[in-house]
Amino acid sequence: MDLHYKTIEDLHGMLKEKKIKPRDILDDVLKRTDDVDPRVKAYLLCTKELAYKMADEAERRIMKNEDVTELTGIPIGIKDNMVLEGIQTTCAAKMLEGYKPPYTATVLEKLEKAGAVFTGKFNMDEYAFGSSTENSGFFTTHNPWDLSRVPGGSSGGSAAAVAAGMCIGALGSDTGGSIKQPAALCGVTGMKPTYGRVSRYGLIAFGSSLDQIGPVTWTAKDNAIILKYIAGHDRKDSTTVNSDVPDYYKNINTNVKGMRIGLPDEYFIEGIDNEVKQKVLDAVKLFEKNGATIRKINLPHTEYAIDVYYVVATAEASSNLGRFDGVQYGLRNFDADNMIDMYKLSRQKGFGKETKRRIMLGTYVLSSGYYDAYYKKAQKVRRLIKNDFDDAFKNVDVIVTPTSPTTAFKIGEKADAPLTMYLSDIFTIAPNLAGLPAISISCGFDGKNLPIGLQIIGRNFGEQDILNAAAFFQNETDFHKKRPEI
Amino acid sequence: MAITKKDVEYVANLSRLTISEAEIEEYAKQLSEIIEHVNRLQKINTADVEPMSYAVDLKNVYREDINEQSIDRKKVLDAAPDVEKNCFKVPKII
Repeated sequence: MDLHYKTIEDLHGMLKEKKIKPRDILDDVLKRTDDVDPRVKAYLLCTKELAYKMADEAERRIMKNEDVTELTGIPIGIKDNMVLEGIQTTCAAKMLEGYKPPYTATVLEKLEKAGAVFTGKFNMDEYAFGSSTENSGFFTTHNPWDLSRVPGGSSGGSAAAVAAGMCIGALGSDTGGSIKQPAALCGVTGMKPTYGRVSRYGLIAFGSSLDQIGPVTWTAKDNAIILKYIAGHDRKDSTTVNSDVPDYYKNINTNVKGMRIGLPDEYFIEGIDNEVKQKVLDAVKLFEKNGATIRKINLPHTEYAIDVYYVVATAEASSNLGRFDGVQYGLRNFDADNMIDMYKLSRQKGFGKETKRRIMLGTYVLSSGYYDAYYKKAQKVRRLIKNDFDDAFKNVDVIVTPTSPTTAFKIGEKADAPLTMYLSDIFTIAPNLAGLPAISISCGFDGKNLPIGLQIIGRNFGEQDILNAAAFFQNETDFHKKRPEI
Repeated sequence: MAITKKDVEYVANLSRLTISEAEIEEYAKQLSEIIEHVNRLQKINTADVEPMSYAVDLKNVYREDINEQSIDRKKVLDAAPDVEKNCFKVPKII
């Protein structure tokens, strides 16, 4: 039976009616993985043995009708920057090759409690530094819609795996767009929740004021299912917000009559693909036809978001990556006879090019004499960006934009031009700086049959609004039902 | 160029990175390009703007000072590259 391309919702129904068993889904997903992963290369590690153990536990729960949730028996893959005790976690960095963490991330504990089945760890850009997975320390993941193209990044493995049917849902992490952009480029649904909604405990830190874990699946409803199980306060992450987690899934309301949708001028600029622009505007018309009100809005500081981001995020990254020193875990160079050389040689060997570039940029903007001019300045403009959104959300409920200015680009096309690569995140960065939740859904295909992403941004803790809007769109369209031919 | 080769060497040392002569050149060029882009921020008037560190309001979190189970020492040491007598081992410092 062809189960690997079904939704969590459908599979849960079949499991509950005992039409299938968790093992049936897992067998099919793993068989699919054997077939297509040699070409897609999404998995860094397939945890087959663990997955069967978890599938059997799910089966036991279902038979006894004990603690069965929508995720019980559902194969979920994990971006390789979330730690799972005893299972290799690398962040796609040579520095952490072979590292087996002594503890488990809160989100993974929560998914395990819900009965999910872990299929393995996904490729990404090293330390989540990138928009294409080309910065992975191991290999590049290929886009299932066109294997000569990138899947986006940094959660490119997660998005490509869902798109290729190698798991039913996945976790990614998003700092500047690392879930939303690959979801767009792979034609799946991916969400970055509000900063503070999901615990970051056990997520290997990149930009601590920005990082957030979120779901990648085919549909908004499946996103809602995963989100309701991973969200919530965690005493191990003091930035998580202590407020109730609604049942995002049961609460989905696809009636958009009266919904006020903001369309920011600044997101429909020169340089964006015409086809992308057209499909996004077509989507907006569909909302309007069904009773939503469309309002032109302005977010005047949008063009500076990229600059703010590359100061703030690299500053935080340079500080976070200080922990990779060859002492407590990870790669160590044993040739050095003093401490400083040991640090330098270990880091030299363990870090890739982009990682070094970001560490140096971050160190530079934090260094004496430049701190005020760059870091503090960026933090001030960050507030202006947030103020823009605060003003806009006085008059609208959600904001709709393209997720990425282009569809998937060719592998190698931007690899040697860091600045051009950074610009592929221009639409996802601003909402992230403001902490806002946003979801990317497929809103059509370009002439090359590559998926186009629509970004729906909500106000802080407005996950339900964006899920509702996304679910409405998916009720009315079939883009999320199309599967790539590989 | 906004960032000179000397700047790159200085920052690389602060970051505890060793980089080759060829890389210094490349990084100076790329980092200059990025910094020149970032310099656009200077033209924005931010005189009365408070810097923003976090997107949500955060308060310090306290907890009772009581003993709790922490991660098992052996498990932590197992992940370390070099260990002696239950301690992380590093090259001689003094």
